[in-house]
Amino acid sequence: MRVFEEMWAHLTDAASWRGDGGMLALLWQQLLLTGTALALATALGLPLALWLGHLGRGGFVAINVSAVGRAVPTFALLAILVAAEWPGSATLGPYGRAGAATLIALMLFALPPIITGAYVAVTEVPGDVKEAARGMGMTGRQRFWRVELPLALPLVVAGLRLALVQVWATATIAALVAGPGLGRVITDGFYRNDYGQGLAGALVVAAGALVLEIAGAGVQRGAARRAQLAPAST
Amino acid sequence: MPVTLLVTAGAVRQAAEGPSCYSRLRNEWVCGDYLVDRREEILSALGSHVVLSVSSVLLGLLLAVPLALLARRVPRLETAITAAATGLYTIPSLALFPLLVPFTGLTATTVVLGLALYALTILVRALLDGLRAVPPEVREAARGLGYAPTRRLLRVELPLALPVLMAGIRVATVSTVALTTVGALVSHGGLGDLLVTGVAESFRAQVLTAAVLCVALAVLLDGLLVLLQRALTPWSRA
Repeated sequence: MRVFEEMWAHLTDAASWRGDGGMLALLWQQLLLTGTALALATALGLPLALWLGHLGRGGFVAINVSAVGRAVPTFALLAILVAAEWPGSATLGPYGRAGAATLIALMLFALPPIITGAYVAVTEVPGDVKEAARGMGMTGRQRFWRVELPLALPLVVAGLRLALVQVWATATIAALVAGPGLGRVITDGFYRNDYGQGLAGALVVAAGALVLEIAGAGVQRGAARRAQLAPAST
Repeated sequence: MPVTLLVTAGAVRQAAEGPSCYSRLRNEWVCGDYLVDRREEILSALGSHVVLSVSSVLLGLLLAVPLALLARRVPRLETAITAAATGLYTIPSLALFPLLVPFTGLTATTVVLGLALYALTILVRALLDGLRAVPPEVREAARGLGYAPTRRLLRVELPLALPVLMAGIRVATVSTVALTTVGALVSHGGLGDLLVTGVAESFRAQVLTAAVLCVALAVLLDGLLVLLQRALTPWSRA
């Protein structure tokens, strides 16, 4: 099919990678967006979820926030933010046009899986282990740092990994409101009837998602190994 | 001078007709006039959103059942199928639609096919988990009672797998309703089309209306599925 030849031509043409709106710049922009949004969501959601899990309270909220997050389309959220007085479509440094709106939407999108994952991770630490830690005279703080967190770590990392891939995937949607990121390559291709370019963009985005997924799996395995070693090293 | 007069006259006429909450000058989020004036446009977008989402989930379910049964029969296929499902789920929706366009064009088929593939990944896993949750002694008892494999599946195993499967269908439905908006890329996004034009024209009433309808639709379909599950599993209420 001709579309695939055009896609190949677009992918192998150095000009489509270089320059201001080139795919390399957009790739970097999307990585930056994904990293920043995930860092913000982690800084905001993780301590709260871990604390709630430690107390064993607020489970209803921690679990159901995921269901709410699923029902609200990120695209709709983004559209509202862009149409609003603030943040609107203003350019934010390296994050590009509608950068602030995109960051906020992605952060809100990443919060539910992080909160639910971390909360479940801490509450799933076996009760007899917590009991034993209490029996050894550990304070609440010690129990959390020395027992619950190390045992919960693999699941916490699993939640972060899931969020990472999902944020990367969702960041492409910013292009639907003429925002930043690699989605621009796809929407531009579609609006100009250059489906070869649209396909090329889609391929780069999908490849990026798979690379992040595999890298995340590696980090997660590392965390799991550390958690297994933890009891022996103390 | 005449131009100014004309503009003033226009403004006066508009004021006389009563304030509209959507115009170049007024751009309010909540606007009854918008809902009345554009009723047909809104309803048709909502209608196509329902059709796109529901047919995607149904198609996904239709494909998920044979795949799950096959995976259960051939354990080596199970790893392959779940791995493919995980891989597929990582591909962003905005990237999946372009990959389908060379085959299905800029049609609703592209959107339904893409969304069905996402629903499929959730549903296959739910179906496998549900069937795995059937206690082995129940399966054994059915076999002892002389149930043939097909009859055992339909009369014993599937009903017992239903709660887990329904949970999967609820997740798939709610996420499909949200994801349908991305179909706006190929101009078949239901309420997503309203979002795209709303953002392009910075039309607040339209953006908020489409967003609210989208969430309401997801909640409504989820509620209907809960009712359906209650009707299908009367024993769980006892």
